Amino acid sequence: MIVDVISWAAVGLILVTSTTILINRAWRVSLGALAVQYIAVFWLVTRHLPFVMSSAKLITGWMVVAVLGMTCMGLTDLEYDEEDLFWLRGQWFRAILMGIVALITVGSTLRVEASIPGLGLPVIAGGMLLIGAGVVHLGVTSDLLRVALGLLTMLAGFEILYAAVESSILVTGFLAIVNLSLGIIGSYLLTAGTSPLETEEEL
Amino acid sequence: MNAPILWIVIPFMIGILTLLFIRERLPALIGGVATGILALIALAFPIDTALLLGSISIKISPSIQFFGRSFELNTADSPLLVIIYGLSALWFLGTEASGTANRFVSLGLMIVALLTASIAVEPFLFAALLLEMAAMLVIPLLVPPYQKPGRGVVRFLIYQTLAMPFILFSGWMLAGVEASPGDLGTTTLASTMLGLGFAFLLAVFPLYNWIPMLMEEASPYETGFLLWVLPTFTVIFALGFMDHYAWLRTSAKLSNAIQFAGVFMVASGGIFAALQRHIGRILGYAAIAETGLLILIIGLRSSEIVTITFLTLIPRGLELIVWALALSIIKRQAYSLRFTAVRGLARSYPVAVAALILAHLSMTGFPMLAGFPARLAIWQELANQSLVTSFWVFFGMLGLLAAAIRTLAVFVMADDDKKWSVNESWMQITMLGLGVTGLFILGLFPQILQPFLANLPSLFDHLGQ
Repeated sequence: MIVDVISWAAVGLILVTSTTILINRAWRVSLGALAVQYIAVFWLVTRHLPFVMSSAKLITGWMVVAVLGMTCMGLTDLEYDEEDLFWLRGQWFRAILMGIVALITVGSTLRVEASIPGLGLPVIAGGMLLIGAGVVHLGVTSDLLRVALGLLTMLAGFEILYAAVESSILVTGFLAIVNLSLGIIGSYLLTAGTSPLETEEEL
Repeated sequence: MNAPILWIVIPFMIGILTLLFIRERLPALIGGVATGILALIALAFPIDTALLLGSISIKISPSIQFFGRSFELNTADSPLLVIIYGLSALWFLGTEASGTANRFVSLGLMIVALLTASIAVEPFLFAALLLEMAAMLVIPLLVPPYQKPGRGVVRFLIYQTLAMPFILFSGWMLAGVEASPGDLGTTTLASTMLGLGFAFLLAVFPLYNWIPMLMEEASPYETGFLLWVLPTFTVIFALGFMDHYAWLRTSAKLSNAIQFAGVFMVASGGIFAALQRHIGRILGYAAIAETGLLILIIGLRSSEIVTITFLTLIPRGLELIVWALALSIIKRQAYSLRFTAVRGLARSYPVAVAALILAHLSMTGFPMLAGFPARLAIWQELANQSLVTSFWVFFGMLGLLAAAIRTLAVFVMADDDKKWSVNESWMQITMLGLGVTGLFILGLFPQILQPFLANLPSLFDHLGQ
C-alpha cells in the first residue's frame, strides 16, 4: 500500500518536474527539475528492476545534469533567456500542451494496463507523461539545451516502461551510455562555435 | 583470437587511440591500413575454422559474452565484414585527399566498430541501441568545434533518438504477435511502431528533411560517410527483422506499405534533385532516392531480396565515396556548392568534375557504371509485380538523370577564353581515379561480386532461402 502511494507521488512529481522543464526558461530551474525528475524515474524503475540497476539510471541521470549544468555555467548568453512573445511558443501554450499530455495519459493508462498486464498503473502513467512531455518539448523548440532536455525526458519515460519488459544488464548499460552520450553531445553542441579556431587541424 | 574482439574492439580502440594521441596526417593512413587489414583477414581467414600456418594453428572463435549477452560473428558474416571494412578503408584513405579533419578517421573507426557490433549482438533487437550510439558519434563529425550547429544536425539527432524506443518496443511486441497472430490490435500497434522506428532511422518521407540541410551545413565528405554507413547497417537490421518474424515476411499489406514508402522516396528524391541549385543538396536527394530503392527492395515479394539488396549496397558505397570526395575537392576551391559558385569549374578541376558526374550517373543506373546491374535486377523484379511502381521508380531515376545533366551543364558553362588546367593534387587524382575505375569495373564485370553475393543470403535463416 505504502509502495503504491509513493509510486503515485512519483507520478505527481514527474508531472510537476516535466511541466517545469517545459514552461520555465531559466536553465538552472530546468536542470534542477530534471535532477528531481530522475529520482521519480528511479523509484518507478525499481518497481521492475533490482535496486542496483535502478540506481545506475539515477546516477547516470545526475551525471547528465552535471555535464549540462557545467556547460551552461560557462555560457554567458544563456543567462538572459527571455520569454518568447510568439504565443505558439509561449508559457501558456506550453502549459496547455502539458495539460493535453496529462489528459491523454489519464485516458490511456487503463487501456495500456489492459493490453500489457503487470506493468502497474503508476509505471504506465509516469512513463507516458514523460514521453508526452518530451515529445511536446521537442515540438515547440529548436534551442539546443531544450532539445537535449526534451530528448532526455522522452528517454526517461521510455526507460520506465521498457524496464518493465526487459531486465537485461546489457540494455541497462547501453541505455545509460545513450543517456550520458546525449548529455555530452548536448553539451558539445552548446559549446560548438563559441570558441575561436585554435589548432591547425581545425582549420 | 576472437571475431568480435578483432572486428569490434580493436577498431574501436584504434579509433580512441588515434583521437587522443595521433595528429598530423597519420590517422588517415592508420585507419585505412587497419580497416584494409581487417577486410583482408575477413576474406582470408574463415571464422570458427582452424587453419594451420606452418606449425601454428589459428582459429577465430565466433562469439564473446558481454554482460550476460552474446556478440557473435559467424562464417556467414565474413563477406559482409569484407565489404564493410573494405569500403571503410577507401573512406579513410580518401580523408587526406578530401582535406577532412583527422578526427574523421578516429570517429569513423569507432562508428564502424559500433555498427559492426550491431550486427553481432544477440538478441539482434539490441542493435537499435548500438545504432543510436553510432548516430551520436556522428554528431562531432558533422559539427566541428568552431562551428555553430545548424538545424539539420539537431533534427538528425532528434530523429535518430526517437527511432530507438519505437524499434525496441515494437520488437518486444512482435514477439507477442508471433505468439498470437490473431490479435489484430497488437499486430497493428506493433507494425505501426516498427514502421515509425524505421521511418525515423532510414529518413523515410517526410522525415528526410535533415539530409539536404546537412549537405549545406556540414562538410560533404563527412555527410557522405554518414549517408553511406547508417542506412547500410539499418537496412541489414531491417532485413534481420524480416528474417526473425514470419509475420513480417508474409504480410501482403505490410509489403505494400514498404513498397509505397520506397517508391515515394525514389520519386520525390529524384524530382527534388532535379529542382536543386546546390550540388551538395543534389547528393542528399540522390542518397534519399537510393535509400528509397533499398526500402523498395525490402518490400518486394521475392526470394532474391538479400542478393538485390547487397548488389545495390556495394556500388552505393563506392558511388558515395567518389561523389563526396569530388564535392569536397570542389568545395575547397569554390567555398560554396551553389550553381553560381561552381560554374565553369570543369576547366579548372576536370578530374573532380568527371568523377562527380560519373558517380551521379552511376546512381541513376547509367549503363556500364556500378549502379546499372543493381537497377537492372530491380527493374526485372518490379516489372513482374507492378507496372505502376515501375513507372514511378523510372520517374525518380529520370529526375536524378536530369539533375546530373543540369550539374554537368553548370560545370562546363565557362568563358571561352578560360584555359583547361588540372588543379587536383596527385593524391586526389589517384583516389578519384581508383574510385571511377571501380565504378566501371563493377558496371562492366558485376560477376566479380558473385563470390560475396552467393554467400550473403546465409546471413539470414529464412530470407533468400
